[in-house]
Amino acid sequence: MTGRQAPVTNWETDFDHTDPTWVADPYPIWSELRDKCPVAHSDRYGGTWLPTTHELVSEVAYDTERFTSRSVVVSNLRPTELDLPAPIGLAPPITSDPPFHGIARRMLLPAFAPKPIEALEPFTRALCRELLDATTGQTEFDAAVEYTRHIPVRVIVQMLGFPQEDADIFRKFIGQILENVDQTAEERTELVNQGEIDEYMNAQIEDHRAHPRDDLTSFLLEAEIDGNKLQIEHIRGTMTLLMIAGIDTTWSAIGASLWHLAQHPEDRKRLGHEPELWGSAIEEFLRVYAPVTMARLVKEDVDFHGCPMKKDDWLLLPFPSANRDPSEFPEPDVVKLDREHNRHAAFGLGIHRCLGSNLARMELTVALQEWMARYPDFELSDPAGVTWSGGQVRGPRTLPLRIL
Amino acid sequence: MTGASMRVAVDPDKCQGHNRCYALAPELFDVDDYGTASAKGDGVVPPELVDKARRAAANCPEYAITVTESAEEGSHS
Repeated sequence: MTGRQAPVTNWETDFDHTDPTWVADPYPIWSELRDKCPVAHSDRYGGTWLPTTHELVSEVAYDTERFTSRSVVVSNLRPTELDLPAPIGLAPPITSDPPFHGIARRMLLPAFAPKPIEALEPFTRALCRELLDATTGQTEFDAAVEYTRHIPVRVIVQMLGFPQEDADIFRKFIGQILENVDQTAEERTELVNQGEIDEYMNAQIEDHRAHPRDDLTSFLLEAEIDGNKLQIEHIRGTMTLLMIAGIDTTWSAIGASLWHLAQHPEDRKRLGHEPELWGSAIEEFLRVYAPVTMARLVKEDVDFHGCPMKKDDWLLLPFPSANRDPSEFPEPDVVKLDREHNRHAAFGLGIHRCLGSNLARMELTVALQEWMARYPDFELSDPAGVTWSGGQVRGPRTLPLRIL
Repeated sequence: MTGASMRVAVDPDKCQGHNRCYALAPELFDVDDYGTASAKGDGVVPPELVDKARRAAANCPEYAITVTESAEEGSHS
């Protein structure tokens, strides 16, 4: 983060999701807001609202009539009707509204259903082992840099059928989009307009046109909506979506879970002795360390529980805060690996439920299982050296660990 | 025996494909190519799967699963 915004002194009336206090630990902020001011407001980013309870976050997520998904990353660059034409948006279907949303989403769903995702598990497992092999002999290293950050990007690159060695190109591109949201509108425009990533994707698309194969790029080239092949903007937008939604997010969930396990030997021991716990443990990690806060734009002026929302105001949708709401989850801040009732909203709620949830769950499970098999005991080597990403995707970006 | 029977059902309009039920109780739920869940067969839950059925319902983020318990037809207790 660049930390260029004025420091926040009042979270109810002037919150900022890039403030260092929020970035370091937003949970106490959300907890207080849930009690005292369930819909906070800030003039920053041109006007932003923040519902924090499970009930209010759900209500906004389900209400696609009053709240549009045309843009889902809050920044100083407010989208105009011109550059983000409704209902398609920049990265369909996450930036699409009904009815186009349903059409674009239905086309993609089969590629992310449980069975095709299961088929990616052997690749993911081999990748995790290869990354762990490379740490052999080290007793202290940064698990975010050497392990977690490589996993989701390389799986996405594999799915799209791009060369594995190009994974770093995407990791950097996505980092820029998601983390530097406090840049000025001019800087954001320049970043988005650079066009390098479009050129890269165009070259891959051309290569796949000439040499079709069994991967997601060829799948997108073959896909049809109402008998028509997809426009290249739609294909590139969907590729962008897969990268925005599939890389930093799962990287964050894997890292945050390792951060937890590093500090809780009793949970490490339980996972070692009770492998049947993996299913509920993964859901509990997803609940407690849900990485993703989504966003909406207000469609037209509206009164929301007494809040006078204006057209084009942003709304942050903090699913991680909903997941810590005590009215929905007893003892919400406690990690219970065997929690039996867990309707967590880590993947969102309603029609925009994370398309890649099966993929994310598989990657998180495999990454943690392989780590625990290799390193059953470990701790933070420098607790103060752990840094967290700012913006709407939260996870450890440095995670110095000591193998015990 | 109490003679009670349990059924599960998935509301297809509420289901968004989180696939939590399918992961927790694949004996009772199936998912189609789009990830939408449905109860397997007629939705009747065998006695040994009663706990799993309740658990699947209690983990659906969309509240799409209903579990109904009723006295078995013809039983007069």
